[in-house]
Amino acid sequence: MDALSFTAAGGGPAPSAWSPAVERGEAAYQAARRQRRNATLIALAVLTACLLASAWVSEAYPATLLAGLPRIGEYLWRILPSLRWDALLSGTDTEGSLAFWFYRLDSWAWLLFETANMAALATLFGASAALLLAFPAARNLSGGVPYQLARRFCEAMRTVPEIVFALILVWAFGVGALAGILAITLHTAGALGKLFAEAIENTDMRPWDAARAAGASWPECCRFAILPQALPNILSYALLRFETNIRSASVIGFVGAGGIGEELYKVISFNYYEEISAIILLVILAVASVDLLSERLRHRAIGALGGAT
Amino acid sequence: MLELQGLGRRFGEVAAVDGVTLSVPAGQMVGVIGRSGAGKSTLIRMVNRLTEPTAGRILFEGRDVTALRGRALRDWRARCAMVFQQFNLVQRLDVLTNVLVGRLNHRPTMSSLLKRFTDEERAMALAALDRFDLAAAALQRADTLSGGQQQRVAIARALLQEPRVILADEPIASLDPRSAKVVMDALRGLNRERGITVLCNLHHLDTAREYCDRIVAMQSGRVVFDGTPAELTAARVRDVYGVDEAEFEEQAAAAVRRSAANRAAPVAANAA
Ligand SMILES: Nc1ncnc2c1ncn2[C@@H]1O[C@H](COP(=O)(O)OP(=O)(O)O)[C@@H](O)[C@H]1O
Ligand SMILES: [Mg+2]
Repeated sequence: MDALSFTAAGGGPAPSAWSPAVERGEAAYQAARRQRRNATLIALAVLTACLLASAWVSEAYPATLLAGLPRIGEYLWRILPSLRWDALLSGTDTEGSLAFWFYRLDSWAWLLFETANMAALATLFGASAALLLAFPAARNLSGGVPYQLARRFCEAMRTVPEIVFALILVWAFGVGALAGILAITLHTAGALGKLFAEAIENTDMRPWDAARAAGASWPECCRFAILPQALPNILSYALLRFETNIRSASVIGFVGAGGIGEELYKVISFNYYEEISAIILLVILAVASVDLLSERLRHRAIGALGGAT
Repeated sequence: MLELQGLGRRFGEVAAVDGVTLSVPAGQMVGVIGRSGAGKSTLIRMVNRLTEPTAGRILFEGRDVTALRGRALRDWRARCAMVFQQFNLVQRLDVLTNVLVGRLNHRPTMSSLLKRFTDEERAMALAALDRFDLAAAALQRADTLSGGQQQRVAIARALLQEPRVILADEPIASLDPRSAKVVMDALRGLNRERGITVLCNLHHLDTAREYCDRIVAMQSGRVVFDGTPAELTAARVRDVYGVDEAEFEEQAAAAVRRSAANRAAPVAANAA
């Protein structure tokens, strides 16, 4: 009570009229604020220094940036198709028509289809491997050597970029989609293995106790006590990964591992400007429609899992 | 005959259970009472080896089950089924599958993983559910049932293990009085009809007196009373616990509510 009562000193309470408790509190507040501000300033200074140092190391000078910017615009200008309104819907022979721009639509469509299939297969294989890895990689169900092995394996698989795997696998299996599928599968297994393991670590452990108490074996406990709880999250992660894998599959052809990437690489290196824009547009369309589709699928699947699994 | 010989468990400095010696004849219904932290849960979880003892032995029909491993341990667990305070069902799974979990020990792992239960096993599960008036709910998700119904599903799951012993850790502490009676009646029915030995942690002295052939009271990990319900008079309770019966139950019930609240947390986190 005492701390809250004003000591009325003629008229309103002057700042100095606050009780000692209030003044102490205010002083502590100001000190804490000063301290926080100082910490923020120091952090900002360190961050700026780091940024400048890394820019200097990587030779990202503002002058280079400025000099390059117009060239980006120039490139974009070049890859733009020269369309003419009056000829827009004419055949493949008329310059300025859509058909002329996409004159190789049939083979590109096939390559895109191949790309989507590569992504789908890689997601399926990778997610299956990840599902097997995730249980030994979950801290609440596992431990010791199996835990360490599963964790480290997932780490190694997701640290190596797909394109590096692809280079190695193209060397081993030859040019073609198989190398690409395997490369994306490996990376997916590592990335999803960790995410699945986290989904498993967030499950309720009481059913696990019950299954163990009923004499079920470790795989049976995983299957019956944990999987039904983690499945919606696992499915959701796998479908999200499918979207990512479509993007990966579209560039992995740069190193000869199948899909539309090979074609894209070719037209870029030969400076077939209009074809570059045509292919990129197709890839964007494909990715967008897969995004839409997989989002629908994800909600549908999670809804369906509401029932018995 | 289930025999505990000098059974003990330490958690660091704490002796949760300290030299408990009991011998339970087949078919007996035993109530274990005691305040929170007395070691009741630890004792019961040691019997089916969910918690490992640090001292003593457990014998079942003369066979030492303290050192079993692998397949033999799982077989022992299947023979002494466990019923939990929080039912421990898989909430997202249907009732029938939850009951069939009790069958997992009796079948090859590979076909279990594919969830290929036989018609016979499904019939067993449905019969067990029917016994507790829950056959109609077989295809519902477990989380659509009330607490009392869930506990009966858990008992049906225990039944599918074809157990010789049922261990129940505060089976009615999360239930309203009516459901509690149904669940206790179910446990007594199994005890009487099938001769299953029942070891049941309880905090209601009246429930223990009404249902059990024998009452074991624990305090600080030790057995401080072991006798028939008639011998556990109000005077004896005051003797053992230093408080009267109403106070004792109030303390025990409050502790049970606390531990239930603590354990409920992970489910909520999972709901998203
Ligand atoms: N996993 C554990 N880790 C550490 N201490 C524990 C653990 N389980 C139980 N204890 C301790 O052992 C004692 C007995 O606990 P418990 O068997 O749960 O008693 P009760 O079921 O009678 O309430 C308590 O002091 C408790 O704190
Ligand atoms: Mg307890």
